[in-house]
Amino acid sequence: MGSMNKFINNRPHKKIDYSNYYFILPAFLFYIIFVLYPLADTFYTSFTQWSGIGEKKWVGLENYYNNLNDVKIISSIKHSFILIIFYSFFPIIIGLAIAGIMVRVKVKGIAFYRAILFLPQILSMIVVGIAWRWIYAPKGPLNTGLDFLGLDNWSRAWLGSFDFALPFVGLIGTWVMFGFAMILFIAGVQKIPTELYDAAKVDGAGPFAEFFNVTLPALKGEIIVALVFTVTLALRNFDLIYITTGGGPGTSTMIPSMFIYKKAFQMNQVGSASSLGIMLTLLIFTLISLILITLREKK
Amino acid sequence: MKQANREKLIAHSIFIFGCILVLYPFFSILFLALSEPGTRVSGFTIPTGIYFDNFIKAWSGGNFSSGLYSSFVVVIGVVSITILCSVPAAYAFEKLDIFGTTPLFAILLLGLVLPYESLIISLYYLMRDFGLDGTYWSLILPQIGLSIPFSIFWLRSSFKTIPISLSEAAMLEGAGRIVILIKILLPQIKPAILTLTVLLFMWTWNEFLLALVMIQDADMRTAPLALSYFAGNKRYGDPAITAAAAICVALPVLIVYVFLQRRFISGMVTGVDK
Repeated sequence: MGSMNKFINNRPHKKIDYSNYYFILPAFLFYIIFVLYPLADTFYTSFTQWSGIGEKKWVGLENYYNNLNDVKIISSIKHSFILIIFYSFFPIIIGLAIAGIMVRVKVKGIAFYRAILFLPQILSMIVVGIAWRWIYAPKGPLNTGLDFLGLDNWSRAWLGSFDFALPFVGLIGTWVMFGFAMILFIAGVQKIPTELYDAAKVDGAGPFAEFFNVTLPALKGEIIVALVFTVTLALRNFDLIYITTGGGPGTSTMIPSMFIYKKAFQMNQVGSASSLGIMLTLLIFTLISLILITLREKK
Repeated sequence: MKQANREKLIAHSIFIFGCILVLYPFFSILFLALSEPGTRVSGFTIPTGIYFDNFIKAWSGGNFSSGLYSSFVVVIGVVSITILCSVPAAYAFEKLDIFGTTPLFAILLLGLVLPYESLIISLYYLMRDFGLDGTYWSLILPQIGLSIPFSIFWLRSSFKTIPISLSEAAMLEGAGRIVILIKILLPQIKPAILTLTVLLFMWTWNEFLLALVMIQDADMRTAPLALSYFAGNKRYGDPAITAAAAICVALPVLIVYVFLQRRFISGMVTGVDK
């Protein structure tokens, strides 16, 4: 009974009932053993040289130093930033533009459209990657379409091209994300009180002024959500790269998570792979913090 | 009124165009998979007939019956244990006195944004030390740990919506913590638990990297892993057979989605919101 003191007594100096902790214990055990411990262990391993067997040899910051001086790793981080444009920027711009158009429109059957637009979110990236591999294939629909339009000399093996592989993998990300952004922003727009729009109209605001003065500020919360969600996915992104290009051709679509996998499980450079993992984690934390700080402050 | 009609027309056109963009890749591989083996499919022609030959070849060649079985075992393990652990934890955080709720929650928050690409190396060696690498446990246990932060967040916010008077009344009648949780609160949050189940099912079903690292034995592969080996396997280089295999792997989630799509969408949209 004493454990229920939150319900009955709110006296300031109540005794802590330790038996309440039994309720959170199993969950935290799983979390500590399979999330926090591996994180700490990766952090430690990142300062060592280790092939996966034997003793770990302490090397201090050497792995980090080597990563930052490795042209291939730096370019893989650049690729990730290019992918952010495709995974994050394009879908959010598309979603916002469409939400801006639909401010006043009540569309019948929106639940049906929403169900379809959301579809790419639920599928395994392996399945998505295989579908797009076919579309981009030398004799796939994209090239057939180009041939049909008389643009034969444009057709090529898109994912095998040093110049086109990265943006075309990026477009898959745009495809996965734009429906999600649309749904999020249209739902947000419908929560904006119509009086705000009426007031803007009285002030003589055109559609653009209306969008920038009313719609955009009101959607700030949804924009933060969309940014955090899509940026994180663009930086992780292992499955899609693995099944579409494997990082190639050459290293033209290599991203950090692919390097982590290759270094740790194919090249036996476990220490180096761990340091790259910690760098990726820090990069994601930094970007999320930047998004939250810059967008939350200007309220 | 003309103005309103025109706006509606524009809105519908945008939605329909978006839906075509989303659906095109699906129909593209569906038509490819159902095509007559050996014929050239361009992606724009509608198949003349329906042939299941590609599905039969994919099914027997890719070992997908054991892939689907492995995936179901892992999904059932992850979803059931995660929910069993998260419900009491969320309940304690919201309705009981937990000294240090704020720091404990901050630690959980970390797990929501942590890229598990950076944990995978340690998880592999941890499982090897436990002697569990290559078993279903090496996929189930880490995914429980990774699913727990979201589950607790999700369930705690649904416990929050239940008025405290409800449990107070039961307590005055002498009911204990566990009785209150099971008899009074659980029925109230049943919809939230169902949504969580659907989301965990989807995430676990689609998980790939962990299976790629942990599982060496071909008979133990999960469905997406079996698919990736199959798609990379030169012997079955025919894109039509690969397309059929991809559809087999997507089907279980698609079927659940057709019936419970509202839960997927509300869960994901409000879930990432929190």
